Amino acid sequence: MSRLRDAFLDGLWRENPVFWQVLGICSALAVTTRVENALYMGAAVTVVAMGSNMMVSLLRRFIPRDVRLMVEMVIIAGFVALFDLYLKAFSYPMSQQLGPYVGLIVTNCIILGRTEAFALKNGVMESVADGLGNGLGYSAVLVVIAVIREVGGSGTFLGHQVLPAGAQPMRVLVAAPGAFIIMSLLAWAFQYMKEGRRV
Amino acid sequence: MSELLGIILAGVLTHNILLTGFLGMCSFIAISRDLRASLGLGLAVTFVATFTAGLNALIYNYFLAPGAMVWLLGDSARSIDLSFVSLIVFIAVIAGFVQVVEMVIQRWFPLLHGVLGIFLPLITVNCAILGVSLFMVIKGLTPFRATVYGFASGAGWALAIILMAAMRRRLDTSAMPRAFAGVPVTLLLTGLLAAAFSAFAGMEF
Repeated sequence: MSRLRDAFLDGLWRENPVFWQVLGICSALAVTTRVENALYMGAAVTVVAMGSNMMVSLLRRFIPRDVRLMVEMVIIAGFVALFDLYLKAFSYPMSQQLGPYVGLIVTNCIILGRTEAFALKNGVMESVADGLGNGLGYSAVLVVIAVIREVGGSGTFLGHQVLPAGAQPMRVLVAAPGAFIIMSLLAWAFQYMKEGRRV
Repeated sequence: MSELLGIILAGVLTHNILLTGFLGMCSFIAISRDLRASLGLGLAVTFVATFTAGLNALIYNYFLAPGAMVWLLGDSARSIDLSFVSLIVFIAVIAGFVQVVEMVIQRWFPLLHGVLGIFLPLITVNCAILGVSLFMVIKGLTPFRATVYGFASGAGWALAIILMAAMRRRLDTSAMPRAFAGVPVTLLLTGLLAAAFSAFAGMEF
């Protein structure tokens, strides 16, 4: 049981993929203009990470070493296509909002990285826990960025007005430069925490 | 002609795939540390994006799009829609293309292999390449225009990484808080670069 918990907590915080390893930040920047988008994207990555970790772990004794990257990519692409179809069927407006960024989960290095580094060497349950932890860790970072950008840039939270009507939202936070700058400040805070007080 | 010029200028300047689409950030941050490597990776991305966009557009327009197989199977194929597998096909084409290119240049162009060789495996997981193919479908481009679009997006990505590598050379000798060096300052500079590029946004082609 503690191995499952370790696999889960490592992904969620102790080795959070976005901050400690700077992986998968393309979508972390692209979809975080609204909190709702970030929640959907986080859910997508969590589901795909769990599913592909499970499949790769189940097949780990049968995948030939030389073509394992191809096999992993195809498994991941399969799960992403499933989620994409699910979004198109049950929440079409969100599918339009996220556009190609759902498809781009295929090349999200977090998922390929976890299948390669974890699922190929560990049992099924641990791999699913690892996928869940990493997916939720990624979602948490996405939501933090999205809250800053949506509240600061549009004055809303999940679509509800939260800033007083007279306040002028900072539009730049929603635009591309704002995304990079917010991410930069968060990465700075994280590196500071990582280095302790040695700075 | 002016339309093609428009696609190129949009891909390189106004809709730069890295600075406005946030694609290919992982290798951008990792590789822009080194100017020579950035040149190599920029070239490799441009090359692969150009050809995979064209190839994927051919496959999409003649096989996968709704009703695309009419030329092959006649009128009965009007209702066939294979677009749901396009994601898997695109990624397989990209991975396969990269593999073939690597073998070809290793065998016949050793000089080019020396420049691009180590970057090619990185390209399969560069989301800018897959992004170009996915955007190409959304924009509904013909195979020829998709090739031009792929070239322009790759060139825009190369321009961004080369600019960033040039700026990071100055950072090596600049004083800054230890925790700010590396990733945070690179992201901040990218933000400023994106702000500078957004000045092109008003241009209409």
